[in-house]
Amino acid sequence: MAEGLSSTQTPAEGRGPLDATSLRFRDDDPVLDPAVTVDAFTAQGNAVAVRIEPGDDVRELLPSLDRLALVEINFPTFGDGRGYSAARILREAGYRGELRAVGDVLVDQIAYLRRCGFDAFAPEAPLDPDDVAAALDRFPHVYQPAADERNPIWNLRHGKGEELRDE
Amino acid sequence: MSENTMMLITGNDLLTGAVIWWTGSDWSVHIEDAIDAGDAAESIAAEQEAARKVNVPYLVESTMQDGVPRPNHIKDRVRALGPTVRPDLTIKPDTAANAIREIV
Amino acid sequence: MYLYDQYDQAMVDARVAEFRDQCQRRIDGKLTEDQFKPLRLMNGLYLQLHAYMLRVAVPYGTLKSTQMHALADIADKYDRGYGHFTTRQNIQYNWIKLEDAGDILADLAKVEMHAIQTSGNCIRNISSDHFAGAAADEVADPRPYAELLRQWSSFHPEFSYLPRKFKICVIASDRDRAAMKLHDIGIQIVRNDAGELGAAFYVGGGMGRTPMIAPLIRDFVPLDQLITYAEACLRVYNRYGRRDNKYKARIKILVHELGAAEYTRQVEEEFAHLLDQGVEPPFAELKRIRTFFEDPAFAQSSAAEIDRSDPDFALWVDRNTHPHKVEGYTSAVISLKPVGGIPGDASAEQMHLMADLAKDYSFDELRVMHTQNIVLPHVAKSDLHALWTALEDAGLGSPNLDTVEDIIACPGLDYCSLANARSIPVAQKISERFAATGKTAALGELKLKISGCINACGHHHAGHIGILGVDRKGVENYQLLLGGSEAEDTALAKITGPGFSEDGIVDAVEKAADVYLSAREDGERFLDTYRRIGMAPFKEALYG
Ligand code: SF4
Repeated sequence: MAEGLSSTQTPAEGRGPLDATSLRFRDDDPVLDPAVTVDAFTAQGNAVAVRIEPGDDVRELLPSLDRLALVEINFPTFGDGRGYSAARILREAGYRGELRAVGDVLVDQIAYLRRCGFDAFAPEAPLDPDDVAAALDRFPHVYQPAADERNPIWNLRHGKGEELRDE
Repeated sequence: MSENTMMLITGNDLLTGAVIWWTGSDWSVHIEDAIDAGDAAESIAAEQEAARKVNVPYLVESTMQDGVPRPNHIKDRVRALGPTVRPDLTIKPDTAANAIREIV
Repeated sequence: MYLYDQYDQAMVDARVAEFRDQCQRRIDGKLTEDQFKPLRLMNGLYLQLHAYMLRVAVPYGTLKSTQMHALADIADKYDRGYGHFTTRQNIQYNWIKLEDAGDILADLAKVEMHAIQTSGNCIRNISSDHFAGAAADEVADPRPYAELLRQWSSFHPEFSYLPRKFKICVIASDRDRAAMKLHDIGIQIVRNDAGELGAAFYVGGGMGRTPMIAPLIRDFVPLDQLITYAEACLRVYNRYGRRDNKYKARIKILVHELGAAEYTRQVEEEFAHLLDQGVEPPFAELKRIRTFFEDPAFAQSSAAEIDRSDPDFALWVDRNTHPHKVEGYTSAVISLKPVGGIPGDASAEQMHLMADLAKDYSFDELRVMHTQNIVLPHVAKSDLHALWTALEDAGLGSPNLDTVEDIIACPGLDYCSLANARSIPVAQKISERFAATGKTAALGELKLKISGCINACGHHHAGHIGILGVDRKGVENYQLLLGGSEAEDTALAKITGPGFSEDGIVDAVEKAADVYLSAREDGERFLDTYRRIGMAPFKEALYG
């Protein structure tokens, strides 16, 4: 079974549900605040949820990471890959809140999205949970480090363990 | 449009990738089986694609010549018969020489 | 040669399973064609003019005999008995069935091959110098760096949905045999004054609709920061490359619009940030990879003299061999450009033969050239005559490397759904014309490149003579270009003027060749003469 889909988690802690089609890989309670635009977020002092569009510069959020609980990154079309970089930049900066992919989120991109640090998904069209599990379990290894904890092949080859990937 | 002008529907077979032509009731790999789908062409294409009977269909304006539809654009003529540089691989090897002359 | 370990094998096997599953979901209707297309493209599967086409990766152009045999077997078993070697050092098959795609990938995986990222808006197969590891003029074998980049870029989670395709090339010599500066990233492995190896990064080159020569953005990246620097280059592109217009989405446009200095500044900033993120592989990995590219067991100085008494053989030796770093050896080029043939095509039988010859004469190794020929990189000079005899018998002995007969031609309208005009018949007619007039040898080095549309897969911008097929009101028409080069003196060719018909373009090429023959000075190649006398005399001959 894919990490995060462990059967010991109750639905409320594990996969959601924010709604019937969402997938969540976090144990904390979902953030229910509406996500505001980057402009609104930087202007208002109190929003805890923000929504990133592909053209936004996610680095504008970095000064205020500690008050953020949810970042939604929108994929208007699955082929627009800017959201992958946005997610990694947030994780590299130490953001630990919920990172939710919304929009045209499909099962064949989900493993890459997970690797870039997304831990929640609210796809426009529902995903088949079996397909999601299969996609997340597909590759036994990874070649390169990313925003997840997986130890890349080139570390495994040289006996370098998980300690290298500790933050 | 002259009265010889016809609107063919072509696309590829989803499983084999073969170039296929709409015959009015089904799909054929031979362009001479193709019929004029006329104004219904677009809706037929959409319906057949949704049913996965054809992949990436599109319409091809053609002209009837000697009883065989001849696509107006060279790309579709090459498509109908196979690469001009491999007459042995055209869809009708026995008439390959004629076919090639038709294409270009 | 690089060999997979259990990790590489597990990744490729997983990809086969994944793609089988994706194909099945497409067949079952769970994926639309729009959703499936980028997935199949990332496994090299196109829907072309006549059928599905599968492009198989040949990483940095290097093949073992067993791999070449497997490619031949695939041509026989799943295709129509032949394959086409491409300008990206890959091979493509033209008549593939979707229902066979999974089985083909499984057959490839058995010989440590795949079709991963041979298309799509992702980092493509890494290309390199076809004489890597053999050439006398390189500072190091560039392939270990290409292999490291291959691993890093495979299934890269951040860079699989880039604005456009992304091509990387690695060379390690001042002589550029791989069109390095016409790649999205061109890397030249260099040695600095302190004697250390590092990587010079050229970013933002490319052909296509808007050809550009990549500017140098960093002259020395230490080898233990190579991947981090590449990651920074890609991240800036992924974030800021244009996505509003497919024709402006390549990194060359970003670098051009920002200016090389500003792009570089952004990369350096990202690089400084990424240095703390631990994205670089342990240096031990590079060392491990290097062990696979150590020299084979060359014999101590075998007879260095070649018996040149057979003039046909001597001609082939002069034309089709390249100096080797080891005394007594040479790199031999097998021309896939017989006069009147289809550039880059090889039958299954020919592939088997080339594989056998590599086993007998070249330490089991072959290379695919971007000029669509095959190299046996390590041939003892004492074996050359036997090799040539075998090639001659199989019709593979054309002594025409880098001549006007050695034409690069993309598949064009005979196979490609994007084409405007056919490329192959033009190549056939030109090679036949020059062979018939006997001018090939007199013309010497003359690089002729033909593309069937503006996408420039046939590198027409980089030809000494380039030909571009265009569609003029439904009729094939051909533009002539002069003065391009993809070598270290990289230059973009210029259009001569109005286009020509299919026969007209053959005459035009001959006229341009004649201008050169009458104007050249001692030792000048076509390109040198063009550079000296300029376009005017050629225009006069063509249109005057
Ligand atoms: S240059 Fe154009 S016609 Fe030729 S292979 Fe590329 S896309 Fe096709």
